[in-house]
Amino acid sequence: MSDRPTVGTGTFGPDLVEVFGPSQQDGGPELVQLLTPEGERVHHPEFDHDFSAEELRGFYRDMVLTRRIDTEATALQRHGELGIWAQLLGQEAAQIGAGRALRPQDYVFPTYREHGVAYCRGIDPLNLLGLFRGVDQGSWDPAEKNFGLYTIVIGAQVLHGVGYAMGIQRDGAVGTGDPDRDAAVIAHFGDGASSQGDVNEGFIFAASYNAPVVFFCQNNQWAISEPIERQTRIPLYQRALGFGFPGVRVDGNDVLATYAVTKAALQRARDGQGPTLVEAYTYRMGAHTTTDDPTRYRLSDDVEHWKLKDPIERLRVYLRRNGLVDQAFFDDLDQEAKDLGHHLREGCKALPDPQPLSVFDHVFTETTDELVAQRDGYEAYLASFEGEHA
Amino acid sequence: MSGLQKITLAKGLNMGLRKAMEDDPKVLIMGEDVGKLGGVFRITDGLQKDFGEDRVIDSPLAESGIVGTAVGMALRGYRPVVEIQFDGFVYPAYDQIVCQVAKMTFRSQGKSKMPMVIRIPFGGGIGAVEHHSESPEAQFAHTPGLKVVACSNPVDGYWMIQQAIAHDDPVIFLEPKRQYHADKLELDESATPAPLFTSRVVRTGSDVTVLAYGPTVKTALKAAEAAESEGRSLEVIDLRTLSPLDMAPVFESVRRTGRVVVTHEAHVNLGMGAELSARITEECFYSLEAPVLRVGGFDTPYPPSRIEEEWLPDLDRVMDAVDRSLDY
Ligand SMILES: Cc1ncc(C[n+]2csc(CCOP(=O)(O)OP(=O)(O)O)c2C)c(N)n1
Repeated sequence: MSDRPTVGTGTFGPDLVEVFGPSQQDGGPELVQLLTPEGERVHHPEFDHDFSAEELRGFYRDMVLTRRIDTEATALQRHGELGIWAQLLGQEAAQIGAGRALRPQDYVFPTYREHGVAYCRGIDPLNLLGLFRGVDQGSWDPAEKNFGLYTIVIGAQVLHGVGYAMGIQRDGAVGTGDPDRDAAVIAHFGDGASSQGDVNEGFIFAASYNAPVVFFCQNNQWAISEPIERQTRIPLYQRALGFGFPGVRVDGNDVLATYAVTKAALQRARDGQGPTLVEAYTYRMGAHTTTDDPTRYRLSDDVEHWKLKDPIERLRVYLRRNGLVDQAFFDDLDQEAKDLGHHLREGCKALPDPQPLSVFDHVFTETTDELVAQRDGYEAYLASFEGEHA
Repeated sequence: MSGLQKITLAKGLNMGLRKAMEDDPKVLIMGEDVGKLGGVFRITDGLQKDFGEDRVIDSPLAESGIVGTAVGMALRGYRPVVEIQFDGFVYPAYDQIVCQVAKMTFRSQGKSKMPMVIRIPFGGGIGAVEHHSESPEAQFAHTPGLKVVACSNPVDGYWMIQQAIAHDDPVIFLEPKRQYHADKLELDESATPAPLFTSRVVRTGSDVTVLAYGPTVKTALKAAEAAESEGRSLEVIDLRTLSPLDMAPVFESVRRTGRVVVTHEAHVNLGMGAELSARITEECFYSLEAPVLRVGGFDTPYPPSRIEEEWLPDLDRVMDAVDRSLDY
């Protein structure tokens, strides 16, 4: 329990307005958990799920490979190959749990950090690097992968997700009972983004139209240097109540619980029962991005504390203890991770710089005479240098 | 009803919206009060009754929400037509418009389209309170990825709104609110309209070219009439499209007259007039007999309505600029 002062008495009961501190709290009694930090399987009355050994190994593999994407990209940034990288260290379970709960027809609206979800959608991780290297702004086809391009403006994509969900409604692809047809949207955002107007407007629109959308907030406790207390005085998941739909706080370092909760929320949405807010309670183990210096604002004690909750380690313990894996599994995965690293290192350096004239290509679907003239002028200008350095 | 009828701008827009919704089931209307009420200006009157609440959507009072959800709808394959209730209330949606709507096609290298129309009743002269009389066109015209048009009369309203909705890029559609219920024109629905992104000579003349759009087209035409009685011949061009600009008819005219007056309600500083002046100077320098002159709103916030008639460019201020131009 927090040693911070509780605010308000009387009608404002302390349970509603308690100020949580980032380091002290364990997520509170409401936290949905299926696998403890010690790797113990626990059960939950509402959100349980029978996991096959295959599924469990799959989650583990996904998280290891996602971490590898992150560490490789971080290293590439250090080598000057990427301008910046948004790290996800510690958030693998939140992302894989959510990503694996999706059906092909569902649609994802990501922030700039959803590398694990992207991986679940079948996007080559190499394609994630383009934005951070500066060669493109995302090179996958959102409509083909049902995974939107990364969004840098905090929270903006949440509204896009709600609008898309309203489109799903209008297409009659909600509540038909056909598992291949009924679809939902998941909109990702951070705890900092929860303060943005767009996120709150998204809540209102979704509630008002009962849109099939899951709001998936990864509460990693920090928005660059600003702690969660700067964004909210109540646990974030409780905000949903004020907007008129359910909110659930799940252990975001527990891939099993995140999967089960997100799956249930997505199913609610597909069934036509409207939005849910899922707060995945987690911690940003790495820096905010490679340009951040968390030692200026974060206690190393906190980091040590959260290391003990590592999402990959706890599943590893569980798999081993229950004899669900052998050494060959780890060896194979190790090799797979190495190959992925190689693919990213070599592929990143080979990503071609865009041609200068390509900047004119897709400003519009139907270009304008003005732009054509600018392009032609620039082309002629560039051509005037040809042979100059021969 | 016969083929021809006399309509107001409000009616033209309403008929155009209706036609667009009939032609394409993917067209949706969204905004505050657009349903039962038909919008505060009644532009969407009767549409919800005929097309249902799923296609004419009364939204929560959140402009960023309206535009942001429209982005999602467009990504899902719909063609949202968004109504911003008044010009001064577009700013809460400004981020979504300039950072999302305008950039989605570019960001996705053409894979995602944004076929969206954002309708904004703009301009002053209706005696309204603060925030109800603004002219934000330059802010949008300055944004790559947006196309910006302004209609000035009922017939254009009817055609241009349909063309904007059918267009695959996002269009900021400016409607001169003080004209909504003003003059009637005869509409021939079987006519072939001019393409959307073209300007038009609405009165020919030989002494001075007057450039206008939206509400100032009427002012310019009045000035041309007054000038005629003084023996001066003004050519008036209704720009109709602000981004892209259709400069060919402008250049052609300026080469004949050698003199230009630009008039708009928006603040002069860094407004459309500045851009027009720069382009004309670049292209027609040796044809010019006088500098390009601008007549617009002053660089002040829009004033209280009791003095708006003084603030807005009117016939006299346009005539004064014409005189100054001819004095060079
Ligand atoms: C509208 C806006 N303001 C500021 C920024 C700069 N910025 C980028 S990430 C970030 C913190 C976001 O924190 P949170 O939403 O918790 O997500 P996290 O990065 O921790 O996953 C800020 C302030 C931005 N991208 N967009």
